[in-house]
Amino acid sequence: MIRRVLPHGLGRGLLTRRPGTRRGGFSLDWDGKVSEIKKKIKSILPGTSCDLLPDTSHLPPEHSDVVIVGGGVLGLSVAYWLKKLESRRGGIRVLVVERDYTYSQASTGLSVGGICQQFSLPENIQLSLFSASFLRNINEYLAVTNAPPLDLQFNPSGYLLLASEKDAAAMESNVKVQKQEGAKVCLMSPDQLRNKFPWISTEGVALASYGMENEGWFDPWCLLQGLRQKVESMGVFFCQGEVTRFVSSSQRMLTTDDEMVILKRIHEVHVKMDHSLEYQPVECSIVINAAGAWSAQIAALAGIGKGPPGTLQGTKLPVEPRKRYVYVWHCPQGPGLETPLVADTSGAYFRREGLGSNYLGGRSPIEEEEPDPENLEVDHDFFQEKVWPHLALRVPAFETLKVQTAWAGYYDYNTFDQNGVVGPHPLVVNMYFATGFSGHGLQQAPGVGRAVAEMILEGSFQTIDLSPFLFNRFYLGEKTQENNTM
Amino acid sequence: MWDLVLGDRRINSLRLVAPMWNGTRGIHRLGGAVVPEGNQKKERTMLQFLTNHFYDVEALRGYLLQREMSKVHMKNRSFTWLEEQHGPYSAGAFFILKQGGAVKFRDKEWIRPDKYGHFSPEFWNFREVPVEAVDASDCEINYEGLDNLLLLKELQSLSLQRCPHVDDWCLSRLYPLADSLQELSLAGCPRVSERGLACLHHLQNLRRLDISDLPAVSNPGLTQILVEEMLPNCKVVGVDWAEGLKLGPEEQPQDTASPALA
Repeated sequence: MIRRVLPHGLGRGLLTRRPGTRRGGFSLDWDGKVSEIKKKIKSILPGTSCDLLPDTSHLPPEHSDVVIVGGGVLGLSVAYWLKKLESRRGGIRVLVVERDYTYSQASTGLSVGGICQQFSLPENIQLSLFSASFLRNINEYLAVTNAPPLDLQFNPSGYLLLASEKDAAAMESNVKVQKQEGAKVCLMSPDQLRNKFPWISTEGVALASYGMENEGWFDPWCLLQGLRQKVESMGVFFCQGEVTRFVSSSQRMLTTDDEMVILKRIHEVHVKMDHSLEYQPVECSIVINAAGAWSAQIAALAGIGKGPPGTLQGTKLPVEPRKRYVYVWHCPQGPGLETPLVADTSGAYFRREGLGSNYLGGRSPIEEEEPDPENLEVDHDFFQEKVWPHLALRVPAFETLKVQTAWAGYYDYNTFDQNGVVGPHPLVVNMYFATGFSGHGLQQAPGVGRAVAEMILEGSFQTIDLSPFLFNRFYLGEKTQENNTM
Repeated sequence: MWDLVLGDRRINSLRLVAPMWNGTRGIHRLGGAVVPEGNQKKERTMLQFLTNHFYDVEALRGYLLQREMSKVHMKNRSFTWLEEQHGPYSAGAFFILKQGGAVKFRDKEWIRPDKYGHFSPEFWNFREVPVEAVDASDCEINYEGLDNLLLLKELQSLSLQRCPHVDDWCLSRLYPLADSLQELSLAGCPRVSERGLACLHHLQNLRRLDISDLPAVSNPGLTQILVEEMLPNCKVVGVDWAEGLKLGPEEQPQDTASPALA
């Protein structure tokens, strides 16, 4: 008799003869039965999909230690450092939730990709220096067996910042701070500028600072892909979905001055799938807000800012999306191969792109002219009226140029002081921020990721002290102003 | 014991790790400019297959790669103590000789290590004599090792041919030698691209630059022209400007057997 292997025993039916079969003989449909048996065995073996339970592979896991909202370069950097610094392999379960897998609106991919150390705050300089060494050794940090080494396409051409008379003193003191922190920056007079870069017109320039090492631009997509690959190989879960709700619990506590505070703790994150009403509640213990330009919405979901204005409960996260344009043009007689990223006194900037006399650049608009961040449509008139005149003034060769293409991207703009927000929120105790970098998030991502991971795993900043970037400053009104933004 | 991993892992093209099994030559292949031939390719796909399916093989390969990298780091450590004891020129020369390169002090002969890596210790006495020329071909110098090389402030000729770890970041570090460096050779470096060559504009005293055979440069002819524009006083050697241009149909070489015009 044939003993058939079936998942549910058919009881007595196993050994009874079917009608229609001849007595004593194996004239059953042998091939068909064998293939059926093979199929059943395959479906039971581990590692293959089992049709017994409904398919939930698109949903995130039900429990996760850390949920990172936002899968851009900052979110992935935090995930990487959490996994790198955990004391036990597999000790922390990390989930990255990203709403848009194509990254079509994410600031990372649309970024110009520059890295420079010419800031006024020592913390910013240290972050950039660390990021430069991270990028330099990227094949040691992000090595995955069997994957080819990453080529970041880094151009070490440096940044050249120009200052007019009134900004010259500030630039000098900034360069002093930068040199103290270890950045290789030198000051140049207009004569030296003309000697070195004959294509520049030094009208209105009193002083220039030139970064010699560890400054330049690179391909942000490559960094994102490299991080993504490495982080997946380290065991981080990814999920495409949108965070729609936080389920939290509150506790009333008394401070040492006998004031009452309400501390909130997030217990669950509801992740909604694309194009459907299906959602998955993910039980978590820490939530990281790395949602870039949309961080304020995530913060509002957690109840940050719901309270009378002027109190700590009523302090919102002051990060909003701001649209910035980048234009690519072709100029056959333009500056040569040695061109650094030049940032003019007017705020216009440009750099070379590739070998073929193409340049890209733009300018930050002033407050009154801020474009509507509703969509990513490009305003070409902005180039004609606000960018080109300044470029042509600075580089006479740019009087004849032809715009090839343009795109727009969002800055996660911190309206308070244009510097990032890092660290836990004082009232929602398990939400950590890593956002609001207003245009220099990409170049500080490795350092910030490490700082947040240290904060979570050790309880305080270990390597670079980012206490000036905590959330408290919005309530206390202490601005950590950065004077060298672009 | 072997753990069977039935995972869905992509098998990507391999450049990093097969060298592990070729012994010490391995690290020189990291640049990725090597074309695999039939037998090697079979070895590599077998290795990839094993790595994708067994945690142990993957861990072993990861460990071997880490070991190779730490060997390179050891070779490139900073000799600050030697610099304090014997002066910058001797310390820098020792670094180069240890790596397998050759140095030439001013008015002296070239000092080279022999095939066993031994070199004559006479240079320890040359405290004040600057090093004029360095031939660091095929040495494993990287970004950190340049700390030692940059001690040689009056270097006139530097040859970094076929160095596997010299990349664009290293080139951006050469500007302190701008006052004295007259000759630089980067031929055959697998990681140098046109982006690194752009930072050579600091070296205004350069008279001869060799950029032949750079596999990472995307457009050698155009790069040569741009570098020549960038360094007007320098003779840039290496790429024939006609490389990349195609002969038109009417300019095909004449058949030598055809009769000359009568």
